[in-house]
Amino acid sequence: MTTDLPLPRVGPAQVAAPKPMRLVLNWGRRYSLWVFNFGLACCAIEFIAASMARHDFIRLGVIPFAPGPRQADLMVVSGTVTDKMAPAIRRLYDQMPEPKYVISFGACSNSGGPYWDSYCVTKGVDQLIPVDVYVPGCPPRPEALLQGILTLQDRIASERPSHASLREKLGPYAGRRASAAEVSRPLVAPPEAGT
Amino acid sequence: MTTRELTVGVGAGELATADMVLNIGPQHPATHGVLRLRVTLDGERISRAEPIVGYMHRGAEKLFEVRDYRQIMVLANRHDWLSAFSSEVGLALTVERMLGMEVPVRATWTRTLLSELNRVLNHLMFLGSYPLELGAITPIFYSFREREELQTVMEEISGGRMHYMFNRVGGLREDIPAGWLQRVQAAIDGVRARMPELESLLVGNEILQARTRGVGVLTAEAVASYGVSGPIARASGLDVDLRRDQPYLAYDELFAPGGPGRVVTRQAGDCLARLEVLLEQTHVGLDLAQACVERLLAMPAGPVNLKLPKVLKVPEGSDYVATENPLGFNGYYLVSRGDKTPWRLALRSASFNNVAVLAELLPGNLLADMVAILGSMFFVVGDIDK
Repeated sequence: MTTDLPLPRVGPAQVAAPKPMRLVLNWGRRYSLWVFNFGLACCAIEFIAASMARHDFIRLGVIPFAPGPRQADLMVVSGTVTDKMAPAIRRLYDQMPEPKYVISFGACSNSGGPYWDSYCVTKGVDQLIPVDVYVPGCPPRPEALLQGILTLQDRIASERPSHASLREKLGPYAGRRASAAEVSRPLVAPPEAGT
Repeated sequence: MTTRELTVGVGAGELATADMVLNIGPQHPATHGVLRLRVTLDGERISRAEPIVGYMHRGAEKLFEVRDYRQIMVLANRHDWLSAFSSEVGLALTVERMLGMEVPVRATWTRTLLSELNRVLNHLMFLGSYPLELGAITPIFYSFREREELQTVMEEISGGRMHYMFNRVGGLREDIPAGWLQRVQAAIDGVRARMPELESLLVGNEILQARTRGVGVLTAEAVASYGVSGPIARASGLDVDLRRDQPYLAYDELFAPGGPGRVVTRQAGDCLARLEVLLEQTHVGLDLAQACVERLLAMPAGPVNLKLPKVLKVPEGSDYVATENPLGFNGYYLVSRGDKTPWRLALRSASFNNVAVLAELLPGNLLADMVAILGSMFFVVGDIDK
C-alpha cells in the first residue's frame, strides 16, 4: 500500500507566536540539534574528527547521539551519494520529524565532487532532499563543519516557521509516493500484561 | 534469495521454529560505512550471511580511463580514504615502472616515511572505532588525539589532512619544508609515549578480551582461499607482507636483517588476534617512520622529483604493481595503449576480499558477536566498492 506523503504542518501556536516567544523557541531549537550522521565516505572521518576532543561540536549544541532519524533534528550527509544509496537517504529524511535541517558536507554530496562524471554517483544530495547549508571541501576540515553549523544556527535564529515557508522549502521535493509502512508505521503495541 | 521455513508442531511434536531473515544496513551504526548484510538467523545463531556490496560504488575504474596520469592520482587516493598516501604511491610506482623512471633516492625515503605515517594513522582509526563498536567509547578519544598530532605534520608537508595529493609521477610534489623532520620526530615521540595509555584500554581491558577472544576464528585455509591479506591474514598465521616479500620503496633496506622492520603475526585468528596485530603494527610503523626520519636527516639535499614532459604518455604494454597497504594488498593493473590516459586501470583492493570472507566466517556465530566480527575485519567501504 502506498500513500502520498503530506506536506508537514506547523501548529497554530507556532504561527501566531509573538516575537519574544519565537525568539525563545528558536533559541531552544538552534542549540539542541540532535544530529544524524549519514556517513558515507571520506567526509565521515572528518565528521568524526569534528566530534572528537580537538574540535568538539558538542559545545555548539550538536549532539551526535541520535539513535535514529526519528529522533534527529539535523542530518549531515557526508560523503558520496550513489544512485544505489539515494532511496535510503530519501527514506530516512522522510522519517525525520519537522523541523529538520540538512547540512551537505563535502564536495561529493554538494555536487558529485571528483566523481562529477561518474555513471553511478548522484550529482548532489540536493537532488533528493532540500539542503540548508553546503560545506565545501574535499574533504572539508572539521573547522569548516563548525562554520557550517554556526551558519545553520544563525538561520534557525531568524527563522519564522509557517505553512508558506515550509511549502517553499519542501515544494520541489514533495509529492513523493511512499509505502505507508515506510514513514507512518505506528508503534508496535506492547505485550499485554499478565499473559 | 533465501527460503523461509516454517515448521509448526502439533501437540507434543516439534516446536514451532522459523528462520528469520535480518537485514542489516546499508545505513546502520554498527557497520561503520554503508555495507549491507543479509543474515539468516536460527534463533540467535547466524545460519547464513551474505554481504551485499555496491552502495558506495563510484565507478572509479571507469573514470581512470578518462583522466590523464596526473589527474588519476585524485581518484586513486580516494577509494580507501584511510590509506590515501599508500594508494597514491602504488599508482605512482606502477606508472614509473612502465615509464622506466628512476625516482630520486630522497623522494623514495620521503615516500616511505609518509606511507608509514599513513599506516599509523589508519591503524589508529581502527584502534579507536573497533572498541566503539564493542561499546567502549573512551579509546576513540585517545586515538583521535594521536591522529590529530600526526595529521598536523602530514598537513604541513602536503596541505591535506586525508587526501594528500603529494605524489607525482617521478617523485613528490615539493621538497621537505625546513624543520619539518624535527617536528615529525617530536610527533612520533609524543605518539609513542602516549601509546601505552591507549593500549591499556584495549588489550588490557578484561571486557574487551571477553568479547573478542575466541570469537570469529578465521582459519588459514579460508584466508588463502578468499585472498584475504593484510593484518587480518597475518592474525591467522599467514606470514606474508609485501614490504618484506616483494620490497618496494626503501623497504628492502628497512626489512633487512637487523633493520627496524618486522612482520607481525598471530596464530589464533580470532578478533583479539586481529586487534593485537593492528596494535603491534602501529608500533612497527612508528619504528619505521623513525628510521626514515634519521635516514633523511643524514641525507644531503637533492631533488625530490623528475622533470616530466608536458604530455605524459605511458608506452604500450601492461604491468601490475601491488603494495602492502595498511589494510592489505593494493594492486594496480595498468594496460596502456600509448595514450595520455590508461586504456584500462584495474584496481585490486584489500577490503573487497577481506569482506567476502564474512560469508564463511559469520555462520555459526551468535548475532551478538556479529558486530565484534564485522568490526575486526578492518574494512573501508570505499575500498570494497571502488
